[in-house]
Amino acid sequence: MLRNARLSLHIPEPSARPGDRPDFRHLALRPAGETRRPEPESPAAEMRDLPYELVRVLDDQGQAQGPWAPLIPSETLRRGLAAMVLTRAFDDRIFRLQRQGKTSFYMRSTGEEALSVAPSLVLDTGDMCFPTYRNVGFLMARDYPLLDLVNQIFSNARDPLKGRQMPVLYSARDYGFYSVSGNLGSRIGHAVGWAMASAWSGDDKIALAYIGEGTVAEGAVHEALTFATVYHAPVILAISNNQWAISSFHGLAGGNETTFAARALAYGLPGLRVDGNDFLAVHAAVAWAAERARSNLGATLIEFVTYRTSGHSTSDDPARYRPDEEPAAFPLGDPVERLKTHMIAAGHWSEADHDALVRDCDERVRATVKEGEAVGTLGVTKPPLGSMFEDVFKTPDWRQIRQRREVEG
Amino acid sequence: MPRMNMIQAINSALDVMLSRDPKMLIFGEDVGYFGGVFRATDGLAAKYGAKRCFDAPISEGGIIATAIGMGAYGLRPVVEIQFADYILPAYDQLVSEAARLRYRSAGDFWAPITVRTPYGGGIFGGQTHSSSPEAIFAHVTGLKTVIPSTPYDAKGLLIAAIEEDDPVIFLEPKRLYQGPFDGHPERPVEPWSNHPASEVPEGHYAIPLGTANVVRAGRAVTVLAYGTMVHVAQAAAAETGIDAEVIDLRTLVPLDIDTVTASVKKTGRCVIVHEASRFGGYGAELSALVQEECFYHLQAPIERVTGWDTPYPHAFEWDYFPGPARVGKALRRCVEAET
Repeated sequence: MLRNARLSLHIPEPSARPGDRPDFRHLALRPAGETRRPEPESPAAEMRDLPYELVRVLDDQGQAQGPWAPLIPSETLRRGLAAMVLTRAFDDRIFRLQRQGKTSFYMRSTGEEALSVAPSLVLDTGDMCFPTYRNVGFLMARDYPLLDLVNQIFSNARDPLKGRQMPVLYSARDYGFYSVSGNLGSRIGHAVGWAMASAWSGDDKIALAYIGEGTVAEGAVHEALTFATVYHAPVILAISNNQWAISSFHGLAGGNETTFAARALAYGLPGLRVDGNDFLAVHAAVAWAAERARSNLGATLIEFVTYRTSGHSTSDDPARYRPDEEPAAFPLGDPVERLKTHMIAAGHWSEADHDALVRDCDERVRATVKEGEAVGTLGVTKPPLGSMFEDVFKTPDWRQIRQRREVEG
Repeated sequence: MPRMNMIQAINSALDVMLSRDPKMLIFGEDVGYFGGVFRATDGLAAKYGAKRCFDAPISEGGIIATAIGMGAYGLRPVVEIQFADYILPAYDQLVSEAARLRYRSAGDFWAPITVRTPYGGGIFGGQTHSSSPEAIFAHVTGLKTVIPSTPYDAKGLLIAAIEEDDPVIFLEPKRLYQGPFDGHPERPVEPWSNHPASEVPEGHYAIPLGTANVVRAGRAVTVLAYGTMVHVAQAAAAETGIDAEVIDLRTLVPLDIDTVTASVKKTGRCVIVHEASRFGGYGAELSALVQEECFYHLQAPIERVTGWDTPYPHAFEWDYFPGPARVGKALRRCVEAET
């Protein structure tokens, strides 16, 4: 047996730091169309190769390739593209507003729009998404009122969440969008329980939960995967592997040793590793997992390989911990550009259409922000002070009643 | 009327709610086929089927997380955490999620879950099977915390807890499961059947949360207690002959502040008893409230009789447990104090 004279502790480092050349060789990419597509009803034991593959549909020319290429009506593609463009326009605008001091905080999902938008179009209205703070695209694809988002971000007098949450921690039950919290991994178990409840009730609804790759390190994820496995919960558990958790690279969650999709293998679940910037691949993978779930075949774990183009939030400067060139060097490209190229190649779209869409989204966002500013930016208007004491319980107890009286004078 | 011990009364409450509410279900470690290590769910899986009462993985965090998700869906889950000592892996779910879901979503989602868990010492459980964690739940805004002291109350309070649309921590004093233990371990176990509160109706009844019970009327001193300590306090009053008014709080949140202050204003003296450690315990909150609400009526310093500020030691269980002798001493000090 080989023995070292002394042990040494391995502390993983990312492939590139500021000043280094970006290096994405660890992604082990393969051409679009190569990964096989088992029938959705196949046993998990017969697809243990998939977590190490990469489901890709769109090639570099925007052509759909291989068995995962979905049949999507061109109207759905247009909706998807519009929601992604709107998400990006919204993110950019609100980011600037935060810099102008009009709100406290913001988080963009730039570069990751496809993995929120495509599943939103796959799921039914009765299904429930358990999002993170980087999935606003899910709401954009369902025509959630932009003004409600703006009012939430301003915590103003018309904030649907009554000024209780930091910006972007939305809740929209009627749109199948569960309450977001800043705690990581704390709702993935709710998604599993919600899905168990649907099965328990004999309904046909399914759940979709998102976490980031950094959150895979949380114990709650193991708990949720265990329950999902044990009870065959009709849930899709999606990991957005955007390479970075604030300044922590994916290797700090174990990403250097294996893929995140491969976590599925230990549970006996199907695991898919999917090009998260490929709208068609995301759509196909989620539709496949949804079909399994609705057929009572239980949960699927999906790793979306993507890249967090912006910083974690308005509070960090990514130039301090990764090369400035890294976003542009990400080999899976940009989800908006890739879908646009595909639609143009397929004859559904044109550069002129796209320019008009971008202008229209910018204008809608600009006009809505103006409306929100008229209601009030952060601190300018607020929900009624007394409402602070509501919803602690269904009905307040003497503490909230007395304290409300004290505050209201 | 049938006589029940506390386990039978809890089992009866669960039985009643399973038959009344088709959206109510039970899960937890060993609660299904086997019926739970303390037998609280005995026979329920056989009677209602595994769908209504089933086993969960050994994963307290997972149990509470999935229960919250089920509650958000519209079901009414009642889960068991086998010992309160093991609830801490689920603490994040209870504090960050169950307690705040309604508030943070402005009423969009809520978690109508009941978490049953046995707590407290007196069974030679050492530091892993004896703790009393009520204060760490009572402190959390958005949770309700309930502790019964008799079979009758256990059933009525548990039914009320299950019917609540807010999350409820239901702490069961495990030393009281079989009898009204008064803090004298050297004596033979007294069964519940001799106690009037073992008369438990078969059907549905609820005791509203937030209503304390004056279990012994008195004029000399008010004793605030809950769970096992209600019986210890009554024993201490009987053994000292002090005319104590013993109040069983029954729910720590919401607290029946009016009953507490009315009694202390009448007696002018207050002794607070709990089994948990003293520092930062629920008694500290009670003491602060009594001081704030009743200061000009007080004729003596407020006394606290509690477990020591150590973990619960196996060999020194009865030295740790605040028995009738320690409570009696505090009663005497309190009634003899001159202002």
